[in-house]
Amino acid sequence: MAKKLLLEKAHVEGIRYFDVYRREGGYQAVEKALKMAPNDVVEEVKKSGLRGRGGAGFATGLKWSFLAKPEGVPRYLVCNADESEPGTFKDRYLMEFIPHLLIEGLVVASYALGSNRTYIYIRGEYAWIVAILEQAIAEAKQNGFLGKNILGTGFDCEIYVQRGAGAYICGEETALIESLEGKRGNPRIKPPFPAIKGLWGCPTVVNNVETLAAVVPIMNLGGEEYAKIGVGRSTGTKLISACGNINKPGVYEIDMTISVEEFIYSDEYCGGIANGKRLKACIPGGSSVPILPANLLLKTAKGETRYMNYESLSDGGFATGSMMGSGGFIVLDEDQCVVRHTLTLARFYRHESCGQCSPCREGTGWMEKILQKIENGDGVKTDIDLLWDIQRKIEGNTICPLGDAAAWPVAAAIRHFRDEFEWHVNNRELCRKQNYGLAHYADEIHVPA
Amino acid sequence: MSEEVKKIKVTIDNISVEVPAGTTILQAARMIGGDVVPPAMCYYTKLEGSGGKCRTCLVEVSKGSEADPRPMPKLVASCRTGVMDGMEVKNITSPRVTDARNGVVEFLLLNHPLDCPVCDQAGECHLQDLGYEHGKAGTRYEFKRRTFDKHDLGPYIQLHMTRCILCYRCVFTADQLTEKRVHGVLSRGDHAEIATYIEKSLDNNFIGNVIDVCPVGALTDKTFRFKNRVWFTKPVTAHRECKCCSGKVTLWQRGEEVLRVTARKDQWGEVEEWICNECRFEKKKTSDWVIEGPAHVNRHSVISQGHYEKVVKPTETFKAVHDGRDPQLLMDIHSVSEVNDPNVDLSAIAGPATGEVFKLTKKSS
Amino acid sequence: MVKFTEDKMKEVQSMIDRYPEGKQKSALIPLLHLAQQEFGGWLSAETMDYVASLLSIEPIEVYEVATFYSMFNLQPVGKHVFEVCQTGPCMLNGSDQIIDYIKQRLNIGVGETTADGMFTLKTVECLGACGYAPMMQLGMHYREHLTKTKVDEIIEECRNKQ
Ligand SMILES: Cc1cc2nc3c(=O)[nH]c(=O)nc-3n(C[C@H](O)[C@H](O)[C@H](O)COP(=O)(O)O)c2cc1C
Ligand code: SF4
Ligand code: SF4
Ligand code: FES
Ligand code: FES
Repeated sequence: MAKKLLLEKAHVEGIRYFDVYRREGGYQAVEKALKMAPNDVVEEVKKSGLRGRGGAGFATGLKWSFLAKPEGVPRYLVCNADESEPGTFKDRYLMEFIPHLLIEGLVVASYALGSNRTYIYIRGEYAWIVAILEQAIAEAKQNGFLGKNILGTGFDCEIYVQRGAGAYICGEETALIESLEGKRGNPRIKPPFPAIKGLWGCPTVVNNVETLAAVVPIMNLGGEEYAKIGVGRSTGTKLISACGNINKPGVYEIDMTISVEEFIYSDEYCGGIANGKRLKACIPGGSSVPILPANLLLKTAKGETRYMNYESLSDGGFATGSMMGSGGFIVLDEDQCVVRHTLTLARFYRHESCGQCSPCREGTGWMEKILQKIENGDGVKTDIDLLWDIQRKIEGNTICPLGDAAAWPVAAAIRHFRDEFEWHVNNRELCRKQNYGLAHYADEIHVPA
Repeated sequence: MSEEVKKIKVTIDNISVEVPAGTTILQAARMIGGDVVPPAMCYYTKLEGSGGKCRTCLVEVSKGSEADPRPMPKLVASCRTGVMDGMEVKNITSPRVTDARNGVVEFLLLNHPLDCPVCDQAGECHLQDLGYEHGKAGTRYEFKRRTFDKHDLGPYIQLHMTRCILCYRCVFTADQLTEKRVHGVLSRGDHAEIATYIEKSLDNNFIGNVIDVCPVGALTDKTFRFKNRVWFTKPVTAHRECKCCSGKVTLWQRGEEVLRVTARKDQWGEVEEWICNECRFEKKKTSDWVIEGPAHVNRHSVISQGHYEKVVKPTETFKAVHDGRDPQLLMDIHSVSEVNDPNVDLSAIAGPATGEVFKLTKKSS
Repeated sequence: MVKFTEDKMKEVQSMIDRYPEGKQKSALIPLLHLAQQEFGGWLSAETMDYVASLLSIEPIEVYEVATFYSMFNLQPVGKHVFEVCQTGPCMLNGSDQIIDYIKQRLNIGVGETTADGMFTLKTVECLGACGYAPMMQLGMHYREHLTKTKVDEIIEECRNKQ
C-alpha cells in the first residue's frame, strides 16, 4: 500500500464530524503552527517542495512568500474549490469525505498569510457540499479552532463558503476573484497579480483545495520529512481522479513513484481497461493537457517507463509528452473515437469562454464547428490544417490560459491522431457508422538509437 | 519622489525613445509615431481599465529590460504592458507579431457581417482599416454568421450588435461619464452582447459619447440626418457656449446643413473632450455654432478620398493613401461582403440603410 | 410582487455580513441563488431588480451577472430540471444514449419543457462527477451511474413527488 497523507482517514466512520476527526489526530497542525511565527510556517511549506495542485504546479511556499504586506491593508486567502476541469473530481471527494482536513489546512494557511477572512469559492453545482463545509466550520468554531482568538493566541479567523453559479472560467484565479466580488467571471489583465492586488484590491493568495489540505501533513511531519516522499520535484502525495473506460473509476491518492502502467492496470488503482478492451489513449491531467496515444503514455519517446509525476508526465514536452495538470486522468478504450472526444472538449471550451478576448471568443466556436463537421462525416482534408492553424493562433495570444487550454487538446489530438482525422475525411460515409479503432496507437514505438 | 520623473529608454522596431516610467509600450510607440504604432481596437487612453481585450496590439518583447534581458515568452498586449528601462520591442519587424495579428483580425472579422456598404461607420471604421492591412483574401469561415435579437436603445443611439467587437469601451464610457449605467455586456462567450436586458433607452446627458468611442459601426447616431455616407460630408471644427461641456466639436456638413455632430478626435481617433447630448443631438443648424475652419481628417481614412460615390475599390493606391506605407492588401472586404454589389448606387439610398433596404434598391442589371 | 419573507431576509443579511463593509455586491451570486429558489426556479426581470435594490446596485449589474452564469434560469423551467452532462468523460460512458433516452421518454428536445410543466431537459458541461458517469444534476443533488432503468426510476420518483 502506498503512503496516504490526505485520504488515510477519509473512510473512518464519522470522520466528517469534529469529534471523530479530532480523536484521529485532527487539528494538531493548527496547534503546532500557531506556536510558530507565521513566516516560519511559510518556510516549512517552502521546505516541503509542495507544488500547487490546481493545475499549474507552481511552488506553494514561493507563492506565499510573494504576498505583499502593506501596512494597514487586509490580506486574503481564497480557497479554489471551483473544480470544473473535465476529468477532475478530487477536491469534491476530499471535501465530501474529510471536510475538516481542508478547514484545518485553511486555518494554518490563513495564519501563515495573515488572513482574517478566508473564503472557499466552490462551484455552484456542489450545492450539498456547501452544507458539509459549513457544518465543519461551525464545529471548528465551537471548539476554538476558528473564530476569535484561536487557541488563545490572539489570531482571529473566519471562513466563509461562497457558491459559484456555473462557470468553469471562475477557476482561473482572477476570474474567481471577480466572481467573489459579485461580478462576471472575466479574468483580469495581469499584472497586477493577486499577490499585490487581488480581492477588493488587497493582496490575495488563491490556492487549490488539495494544496491547502496538504499543508496539514506538512505541518505534522515537518517540511523536510514531507519532501522525502515522492521523487525529484514531485514531493508528497497527489490525488488522481480516474475516469473514462476503466474498471475502477474513482479518486486515488498516489505517491508519485508509481508508473502509469501500474496506475492503470493494478487492482489497487484503475483495475485495467473496462470490458476487457485495450487501451487506446489517455489524457493524464485534466481535459486541458495533451492527449497521448497508449504507446507514448506508458513509455516516453526514449523508451523509458513513464511515471505518475510532474517531471515524467511532461517528459518530451508537448511533442511526445503531456502534463500532470489537475490530476484528472481520462482513459479511452480501443472503441473510442478521438475526433468525437476532442469535439466534446472543444464544445466545452466554447461554452466556458468568458468572451472577453477575440481569439478565444471566436476561435473556440470555430474549432467546435469544424470538429463537428468532421465528426458528421462532412469534413475535407483542408479542415484538419485549418483546425491546426486556428489553435495555433489562439495559443499564447489570449488574456488568460483558457485560450491555451482550448488549443492544446485540439493540437495534441491532431499531432498524435492525424491519421484518424484523415480517415474521417477520406471515409465520410463509413465514419458515420464505425470508429477508426485502436489502429497502431498501442504499437511499440521505435526508439532511435 | 524623484523616481516618478525618471526617464527610461525603450526601443521599438529599432527606434529608441525616452519615456517617463509607467508608460505603456503602446504609448511609447505613439510617441515615436508612424509604422511602429500597433493598432488598438479596445484600448482608449481616456477610459480607465480599457485595453487588453481585442489583442490587435500584441507585440514581441525581445529584451525585457537592462536588468533582466530575457525575452518575454509570449507576445504581450502593448496597451497594458509597462515599459522597462532598456526594453526592446518588436512590432512590424516581428514575423510572430504579423502572424498573430493576422489571426486576431481574422477572428474579429469571423462573425462580422461585412456590411460596410450600408454601414454608417464606413470610412471611419477602425476594423475596416485593419481588415485592409491585415486580413486575408476571402474568408476561411464557412459557417453561418452569428446573429442577435434586436435591441432598441432609444431615440439617440442605434445598436447593430452584429458589428460589435466587444471592446467594452462603451461600458467604460458609461461607467465613467454617467451616474447610472443602463447598458452592459450580457451573456458570455460567443453569445456575449451589448444590451440593456429589458428595453431601456440610453439617455443620460453624456451617453452620446459611446458613439464616438465605438471603434466600429455598432453604435451610431440615430439623429445623423439623411444618414449620409460620411465621405459625402465636410468636417469643420466649431464650438458653442454650453453649460454642460466644452462645446468644442466637429460638425459634419453638407452645404449649410449640419448632418452630424461629433467630439473632436486626435490622430489616434480618440476623443479630445467629451461632449454632451445637447451639443451632439439637438444642435443641427449651422447658426447654432461658431465655425472655426476645416477639420483635419486622418488621411488613412477613405473619407479623405472624397469621391467614393459608388461601391468600387478606391482608385488611388493604398500606398498613396497611407502616406507612402505599403500595407499588404489581403482582405478585400467588399469582395466577400454579402451585401456588397457594385451594381448598387449607394447615394440612391436615403437611409438608414440596412441589408433589407439594400436588397430592394438593387439595380436590376 | 417579489419579496423575501422575514426569515429569508435574515438569511440575506447574514450573506451580506460575510463581506467587509461596502462590499455588499459580493453577496450578489448567493442572493441570486436564493431568489431563484424562492421565486419559482427562475429569475424574472422583476426579481433581478429586487435583488439590485437589496444590494444598492444598478439593475444592469445584476443582469450582467445573471446572464453570465449557466445555473441561473432566465426563463421559467419545469418543476424538475434534468441537467445531463455531455462532456468527454461522460460521453465515453454513454451520456449521448442517456440524453436520447430521456428525450424519447419525455417526448421533448434539449432545452424544452414538457407540456405539463413537470420536466425540463438541459445538457450541461462537466459537473465534476466524471468518475461516476453518466450523470445528471437534479435540483441540489447529483444522480450518477445513470442507466435507462435509473432514468425510469428518477422520472417515476419525480412524478410521485407531486
Ligand atoms: C480556465 C482555468 C480554470 C481553472 N480552474 C481551476 C479549478 O477549478 N481549481 C483550481 O484549483 N485551479 C484552477 N485553475 C488554476 C488557478 O488559476 C490557480 O492557478 C490555482 O487555483 C492556484 O492554486 P494552486 O497553486 O494551489 O494550484 C484554473 C485555471 C484556469 C486558467
Ligand atoms: S482566454 Fe477566453 S476565457 Fe480567458 S479571458 Fe480570453 S475569452 Fe475569457
Ligand atoms: S458596441 Fe462598440 S464600443 Fe461597445 S463594446 Fe461593441 S464595439 Fe465596443
Ligand atoms: S488595444 Fe491592446 S488589446 Fe486591444
Ligand atoms: S464529464 Fe460529465 S461530470 Fe465530468
